Amino acid sequence: MQLIDLAWWQLALGAALVLALAGCTLLARLDVGKTMLIAALRTVVQLSLIGLVLEALFSVAALPWIALMALVMLLMAGREVTARQKRRLTGGWAFGIGTLSMFISAFSVTVLTLVAIIGPEPWYTPQYAIPLLGMMLGNTMTGIAIGLDRLTDAVWRQRALIENRLMLGHRWQAAIGEARRDAMRSGMIPIINGMAAAGIVSLPGMMTGQILAGAPPTLAVKYQILIMFTITVGTGFGTLAAVLTASRRLFDEHERLRLDRIAPPK
Amino acid sequence: MPPPDAAALTARDLCAGALTDVSLDIPPGHILALSGPSGSGKSRLLRALANLDPHAGRVSLGDITQDRVRGHIWRRAVMMVPADSQWWADTVGAHFPDGAADDLAALGFGPETLDWQVGRLSSGEKQRLALLRTIAHRPRALLLDEPTANLDPDTTARVEAWLTERIKHHGWPVIWVAHDPAQIKRVADTHLRIAGHRLETAPCS
Repeated sequence: MQLIDLAWWQLALGAALVLALAGCTLLARLDVGKTMLIAALRTVVQLSLIGLVLEALFSVAALPWIALMALVMLLMAGREVTARQKRRLTGGWAFGIGTLSMFISAFSVTVLTLVAIIGPEPWYTPQYAIPLLGMMLGNTMTGIAIGLDRLTDAVWRQRALIENRLMLGHRWQAAIGEARRDAMRSGMIPIINGMAAAGIVSLPGMMTGQILAGAPPTLAVKYQILIMFTITVGTGFGTLAAVLTASRRLFDEHERLRLDRIAPPK
Repeated sequence: MPPPDAAALTARDLCAGALTDVSLDIPPGHILALSGPSGSGKSRLLRALANLDPHAGRVSLGDITQDRVRGHIWRRAVMMVPADSQWWADTVGAHFPDGAADDLAALGFGPETLDWQVGRLSSGEKQRLALLRTIAHRPRALLLDEPTANLDPDTTARVEAWLTERIKHHGWPVIWVAHDPAQIKRVADTHLRIAGHRLETAPCS
C-alpha cells in the first residue's frame, strides 16, 4: 500500500476549517482567536522547516549532522522545560538541570534502543534516530518540567515546615522528603496514565502514523509498545535525576534552605 | 549539678539581619532573655545561631564550631523552637523520635495525646507539644522564640516551671525570647534588649 499524496489545496481546506473556528471564537468573545491563528501559523512554518531539514539530513545521513540536530533538539527542549516552570532556580540552574537530566535519560535510552533493540544499520540511521529522540525528548521534557515546577512550588509554600524539621536536626533529605516524593510522582503520572490508557482510550500517534503509512498493525503495535516502554524509562529516570539535583541545589553546604535560589514568578 | 556533657554557647562578631557584631557567652544551664520590638531581629538572631540563614561571625557550643560541622549535626545540638510550630505527619506521636515522649503529664497531657490528630490541635496545645517534641530530640542548647505566646497564665506558669527545671537539670544554655517583663524576671538569669543594631544589657526585673 502506497501512502496517498496530500496536495496543498487539501491542506488549505484544513486551514479554512481552523479559520472558521477562529471566527466562531471571535463571535463568542473567547479571546483565543489570535493565539490560535498564530499557533496554527507556527505549526505550518515550523513543520515545513523541519521537513526540509529532515529531507536534507536523511540524504546526508552523516553522524556529525545527526548529532548537531540532536543537540539543537535537546537545547530547545531545555528551553521549554525552563519556560514551563513558575518558580525556577536562578543562575541558569533551571535550564542546566533540565537539559542535563534530559541528556542523560533521553539520550542514553534512545541510543540504547537503537543499538541494542531496533538495530538499524548504521545505528544512527536518521529515519529511526531522529523521530525516536523527538518522542523521547517530548515526553521526558513534560515529566521533568512538571517535576521541577512542583518541587520549587511546594518548597516555596512549605518553607516554614521544612525549616522546622531542620530546626529539629533532621537531615535536608528528610526535611524536603515529602515535597520531593510528590514532585517525582507528579512527573511520572502522565506517562503511567498514558500506558494505562493506550489502545483503549487513545490510539497512540506513532502507531496511527505507521498504520497510515502501510505497516501491518501487529508490527506497528510492537513498535508502539517498545516506544511506550522507552519513553516511560526515559521520563522516569529523567524526572528522578532532575528532582534530585534540584532539591540538592535548594540547600547549601550547611543544609540551610536557600529560597533565594528560586526566582519569583514572572 | 549539670551533667558532664553540658557546654556553653558562645557567639563572636555575629551579624544577622539588622544586628551587627553580636557577641554572647551563655554558660550551661543559663537562661538569657532576649527582648525587643517586633521586627528588631530577634528571630533572625536565633536563626543565625541555629545556622538556618547565611551569616557572618563564629558560633560554637563547647568544642564544636558551627561552620565546621554539617548543618544537621549542629542543629541536632542547638535546637530552635519557632513561635509557630509546624506539623507534617497526621498524628502527634509520629513527630516524636521512636513515637515516645517524656514529660507529657508535666504539661497537662495524657499518653493518649500521641494518637491525636494534628489538625485538631489548638495553638496552645501545639506550642506545648512543640516544646516536648524538641526535648524528645535530646538537644544540648535551646533557642526559644516566645515559647509561651499562646498560653493562658496558668499554663504559662506550668510551662515555665517545667522548662526551667529541665534547663537546669540538663545544663542547657538557653536564649528565651520574651516580651513580658514579669516572665523575664521569673525565668531569666540575664536579660538583653535589642536597641537598633546592638544588644544592650537590661535588668531582669
